[in-house]
Amino acid sequence: MFKILEKRDLAPSIKLFVMDAPLVAKKARPGQFVILRIKEGGERIPLTIADYDAEKGTVTVVFQEVGKTTRELGTLKAGDFIQDFVGPLGVPVEFPHHKKVLGVGGGLGVAPLYPKLKMLHEQGVEVVSIIGAKTADMLIFEDEMKAVSDRLYVCTDDGSKGRHGFVTVVLKELLEQGEKFDEIIIIGPPILMKIGAEITRPYGIPTMVSLNPIMVDGTGMCGGCRVSVGEEIKFACVDGPAFDGHKVDFDELMKRLATYRDEEKISLERFHGSHECKL
Amino acid sequence: MPLNKSKKKTPMPAQKPEVRRRNFNEVALGYTEEDAVNEAQRCLQCKKPGCIQGCPVQVQIPQFIKRIAERDFDGAIKVIKETNSLPAVCGRVCPQEEQCEQRCVVGKMGEPVGIGRLERFAADWERAKGVQVPDLPAKLSKKVAIIGSGPASLTCAGDLAKLGYDVTVFEAFHKPGGVLVYGIPEFRLPKAIVQEEVEFIKKLGVEVRTDMVMGKVLTVDDLFDMGYEAVFIGTGAGLPKFMGIPGENYLGVYSANEFLTRINLMKAYSFPETDTPIKVGKKVAVVGGGNVAMDSARSALRMGADEVHIVYRRSEEEMPARQEEFENAREEGIIFDFLTNPVQIIGDEKGWVKGMECIRMELAEPDASGRRRPVPVKGSEFTMDVDTVVIAIGTGPNPLLIKATEGLELTKHGYIAADENGKTSREGVWAGGDIVTGAATVILAMGAGKKAAKSIHEYLQSKK
Ligand SMILES: Cc1cc2nc3c(=O)[nH]c(=O)nc-3n(C[C@H](O)[C@H](O)[C@H](O)COP(=O)(O)OP(=O)(O)OC[C@H]3O[C@@H](n4cnc5c(N)ncnc54)[C@H](O)[C@@H]3O)c2cc1C
Ligand SMILES: Cc1cc2nc3c(=O)[nH]c(=O)nc-3n(C[C@H](O)[C@H](O)[C@H](O)COP(=O)(O)OP(=O)(O)OC[C@H]3O[C@@H](n4cnc5c(N)ncnc54)[C@H](O)[C@@H]3O)c2cc1C
Ligand code: SF4
Ligand code: SF4
Ligand code: FES
Repeated sequence: MFKILEKRDLAPSIKLFVMDAPLVAKKARPGQFVILRIKEGGERIPLTIADYDAEKGTVTVVFQEVGKTTRELGTLKAGDFIQDFVGPLGVPVEFPHHKKVLGVGGGLGVAPLYPKLKMLHEQGVEVVSIIGAKTADMLIFEDEMKAVSDRLYVCTDDGSKGRHGFVTVVLKELLEQGEKFDEIIIIGPPILMKIGAEITRPYGIPTMVSLNPIMVDGTGMCGGCRVSVGEEIKFACVDGPAFDGHKVDFDELMKRLATYRDEEKISLERFHGSHECKL
Repeated sequence: MPLNKSKKKTPMPAQKPEVRRRNFNEVALGYTEEDAVNEAQRCLQCKKPGCIQGCPVQVQIPQFIKRIAERDFDGAIKVIKETNSLPAVCGRVCPQEEQCEQRCVVGKMGEPVGIGRLERFAADWERAKGVQVPDLPAKLSKKVAIIGSGPASLTCAGDLAKLGYDVTVFEAFHKPGGVLVYGIPEFRLPKAIVQEEVEFIKKLGVEVRTDMVMGKVLTVDDLFDMGYEAVFIGTGAGLPKFMGIPGENYLGVYSANEFLTRINLMKAYSFPETDTPIKVGKKVAVVGGGNVAMDSARSALRMGADEVHIVYRRSEEEMPARQEEFENAREEGIIFDFLTNPVQIIGDEKGWVKGMECIRMELAEPDASGRRRPVPVKGSEFTMDVDTVVIAIGTGPNPLLIKATEGLELTKHGYIAADENGKTSREGVWAGGDIVTGAATVILAMGAGKKAAKSIHEYLQSKK
């Protein structure tokens, strides 16, 4: 059992947990994730490690309530326990030789982007970042991002804060103005990563994305998380989740993410039936 | 003892095919005491019993059967457990027709003695009455770590605990048992039995830690730093193989591992009571011919598929599945397409499987494995209408732990190289089961765990 030490509402339907998980915290590195299961009978779902503190033995996760499991997770409070919390999984990212990096985070993607940029910032790399959300109140991790960025651009789809428009608009502008980066990291919904990677492609700048296929074990034994990267089939849980954005088949990823759409609906409706939700 | 001269095995009560094809309850119901005594009386008590040679762990078969015939069931299970610590499992899943029963003389003139059924009977008899925990020796205060919790690991852990070691099992999943819980379905091996085996080793003092993806959470080096003096690796052969044909990433294509894990471990058959879904369509094709393919096909049927095919590139004779499971599958209505090989999977515009193109095969000369090699028949391509495809063509070694462990010599196929006692190239590290042999059997994995336990004991004794 793993204890929730702290809970924060970051935005409507986006929540943060600080978990007591010393073993995970000790080994965690940017780019890795955990798989959790709330209770017996629950589903195993992956969440990115948004922050960690090896000394305190804590791991931070940020999640958006989209379906049954994440909503149920959202009903838990500080002091409650989660049955299983497995990690750190996936390959840590490393940037040994970079001097200047651009981070682009859309929506919830800002959370997984943060630990990578934090590491780069600590390494003395120049960090430029662009973060965005649908509306001002959906924007997360603005202060954290400010702290690790040399320059931060904020966008909202409806113009309620910062630039009016998508993060990709700013990305395009920076590249058109001729700004150079050793690497661009784009994390967000698959469609954002796809568009972003197309924008960077003509400039030949290495572009890293972090993929979120459906997972079960997270250890490479089921193959459910397979993604096409260039000519190869990769298992995102053990070969990723970070990949070269110029090689990923995003269309396939998006299709595969819809595999259980009908079942997800059933599960969610049943959950609402048993909880008095305001939805 | 009186002799039963029947040429046929005493039948074992089983659920009727029409009924069982739609439920996950155990198919074979086991012998009654009368059935067991009756079957035990078929054994000739040979002076030079072939059956023992056929058993990978040399269960003293005539001895235990004699005790069943004498209604000394306590004595029977005691004999079995001298060499086999998981008889309730092995009695159910061993490929007896290639092992003990294949060498039984009675089998020369009819059906062999039902050794597996008798073993199962004796084990179930003990279970029903409650397994006694043996008296344990004084603790040796030496720690041993076991990675994985399949049959190799459970056996190794149990044996070492009985010798007084302080044993910890580290399992990646949230539930221990390995393939016995995530792979082999409930209708063939009730999970309660595996649970009991795990409880038993816990009672021996073994600590079982789940959610421990070793190589990620802790490495072998960490274990030594934590004071463990020996490590046994029993991580299995869990890496799924795909065919490498076009269309394998369409929605509705599963590896057998994923398919069976969703159903067995995650209990997708109880969805939406439980949260993990699975999509089993109306017409399912399972590719492969082993136990894994049989289990996948029979599970698909139980999940509600109308029609389930097993597509196998060789013929019935070469099929590696247990005979009993093949017969069960056929009785349940699984359709076998032998000498057929998939060429590509066809999808619709949303990416869902809608068909599988196959080619007919014929058998040529025997290949290295001694089995006749299938070759495609030119121009024989045809398309099956299917909406779900399960790929059960084998597994490989999962590299996750191996990559994170220095100094482990591997075989050319990436398995861990170990000697006959399970010793690896790294001091203090043993390995056994599927991670050494490649996908094999429960009894072989168990045997490997046993040998390793003995070897670890010798090592730790001499180390002092
Ligand atoms: C490596 C990785 C890191 C992730 N990090 C985060 C994160 O930090 N924060 C966050 O909010 N979300 C993250 N996700 C996505 C998160 O796992 C899903 O939102 C969650 O599983 C949805 O479960 P649900 O029952 O609430 O919703 P459902 O109704 O079951 O599903 C909603 C959608 O989530 C996706 N999904 C469903 N089941 C799974 C599954 N088992 N594994 C992965 N995706 C699934 C599907 O696209 C589905 O359509 C990550 C996914 C991956 C693979
Ligand atoms: C569907 C199916 C049906 C089968 N049917 C039969 C049958 O009828 N008869 C028969 O004799 N055999 C059968 N087999 C084969 C048999 O189950 C295996 O040979 C046997 O289970 C191997 O045992 P093992 O202990 O080596 O590993 P496994 O049972 O594979 O267990 C390995 C364990 O290690 C864990 N693990 C892996 N990596 C790590 C890690 N890094 N850290 C921590 N833990 C880890 C896994 O999660 C797993 O629990 C079948 C196999 C399958 C898949
Ligand atoms: S362990 Fe398996 S092979 Fe040995 S006697 Fe029992 S059923 Fe036969
Ligand atoms: S070979 Fe057959 S008949 Fe002879 S001892 Fe073994 S089981 Fe009995
Ligand atoms: S989640 Fe099963 S292999 Fe990646």
